[in-house]
Amino acid sequence: MAIPAPFSTALRAAAMLFFVVVVAACSRSSNDAVGLTGAGNLGPGGGAPGSQQEFIVTVGDRVFFTTDSSSLTSEAMATLDKQAAWLNQYQNYRVMIEGHADERGTREYNIALGARRASVVVNYLVSKGVNGQRITSQSFGKERPVAICNDISCWSQNRRAVTVVQ
Amino acid sequence: MTLLTRRSALKLGLAGGALLATSPMAMAQLRIVVEGANFQPLPIAIPDFASSDPTFGREIADIVRNNLRRSGLFLPLDPASLPVQAGDVNGTPDFNVWRTANVDALVMGSVERGGQISSSVRVWDTQQAAQVVGKSYNTDPNSARRIGHIVSDAIYEQLAGGTGYFDTRVIYTAESGPKANRTRRLAIMDQDGANVQYLTDGASMALTPRFSPNGDLVTYMNFADGNPQVYLLQLSSGRQQRLANVGAMTFAPRFSPDGGTVAFSVEQGGATNIYAVSTNGGQPAQLTSGAAIDTGPSYSPDGGRIVFESDRGGSPQIYMMGAGGGNAQRISFGQGSYSTPVWSPKGDLIAFTRQSGGQFHIGIMAPDGSGERLLYSSYHAEGPTWAPNGRVIMFFQDPGGNDGPRLMSVDIWGRNPQTIATESYASDPSWSGLRS
Repeated sequence: MAIPAPFSTALRAAAMLFFVVVVAACSRSSNDAVGLTGAGNLGPGGGAPGSQQEFIVTVGDRVFFTTDSSSLTSEAMATLDKQAAWLNQYQNYRVMIEGHADERGTREYNIALGARRASVVVNYLVSKGVNGQRITSQSFGKERPVAICNDISCWSQNRRAVTVVQ
Repeated sequence: MTLLTRRSALKLGLAGGALLATSPMAMAQLRIVVEGANFQPLPIAIPDFASSDPTFGREIADIVRNNLRRSGLFLPLDPASLPVQAGDVNGTPDFNVWRTANVDALVMGSVERGGQISSSVRVWDTQQAAQVVGKSYNTDPNSARRIGHIVSDAIYEQLAGGTGYFDTRVIYTAESGPKANRTRRLAIMDQDGANVQYLTDGASMALTPRFSPNGDLVTYMNFADGNPQVYLLQLSSGRQQRLANVGAMTFAPRFSPDGGTVAFSVEQGGATNIYAVSTNGGQPAQLTSGAAIDTGPSYSPDGGRIVFESDRGGSPQIYMMGAGGGNAQRISFGQGSYSTPVWSPKGDLIAFTRQSGGQFHIGIMAPDGSGERLLYSSYHAEGPTWAPNGRVIMFFQDPGGNDGPRLMSVDIWGRNPQTIATESYASDPSWSGLRS
């Protein structure tokens, strides 16, 4: 199912743009929610220490999985280590772990796969000292992709678990 | 006003035999052989139905023509090309005229709209100069299209064997909006795509609606509570409620053949197992256990067994167990993965989604896993559901990218793939039984 490369690239660019806008919107609302700690503290686009923007941009709010897998890669574990450290430092936040799957599976199975991925992340964070009472999780299956195209460059971004600080 | 059900309409048809059975019946002479490599659809002439309102007569004939054409078993001839333009159910056709026009099968119908809608239909074998169908029906005045479907079923049953499937509905997930943030709500329509009604407002995502055998109750997956949960929705009243409070997430529901039980998946801590619970409530019974994903349960028509998918062996595959759980046996062994098994209403086949070679496929196999055949393949295709006669499968396919899913049907011989026109993207079809 080949779509012309320029079109595919444009789609990807559009998806990335959409993603950036979403992140911007989230960070704005996060600042509204917790209050700005002072514009002078902003790092190089990383957000103020302890802000949701810092969590998203500097810590990294998401980990990725390989096809039909819920095993954590070493890269994913490194990200979750940073997430755990940050959450242990800033105890005022609760987190929601969203589990997602790519579109290369059936709907019901992917709902279960998203839940399994979220569960793996929850267990890892708890093992790194984050209080399980602060964590909830939800599966979205394949219903909420962030990257839209018909090849692995998008699927690999959609196979994810996102830690949403609240 | 007496609302005549399908069954009483059929009885009326038999009682009305005095009206319509004046000619000798020619059984089994004009008959479609539905299987085989050399299959050819049966050309059939269907003039507009006689009516004091000719527009209405044409409308009903169009419903019949479209149904029979979409079945792939019939080839309705262009009505403008026919030697007679309007049906006549009272006289005997001039068979020589029809034979000269190369018409073997001729449908003569009439329809009138009064306190009720009444329709009579005769099907003639022009070579044998004999009547093969003669029936009359009444329905309530608000279901004009149903009379077209009921007549279509009568013609199909007589000429193609088995039971018909035109007087049925499909419940599905209507999808709209950008792919990254799509609205998904439940909708219901006639099997041919007409009479769409939306059942949920889209405020919370609703997925995988499934009909109960009685056609009034629906079970589906509702995201209103955060994680998806199984709900019951009664079509006649619009009332709905959550089915069970068990585990973190409940999904993938399907009714037992008697409608009294729903089998579904329960997720807890990343493990997904199959449970069953009475539609009247009570304690859910756990049917599978372990850390794997067990989902997509579907009952055999006798209620004795459940087919489901599990990744306990690595990739998702199809397994069979008793309806009480335990002793599951794997039945799918091809390359790739298998999911969404659905038992045919006749019990002879299981339809499924298979992923292999970078494609999705809709296929069928016997309940012991033998005789697998793939009927349709594309970038994405998923979620088969059976027509009540066990001969046609509906599913959804999505071309990917920012496009969206559409409903399609294909017959069990892999012939006649058709797109069902819907006003929005559509997925998760569930086919009702014949309406009562």
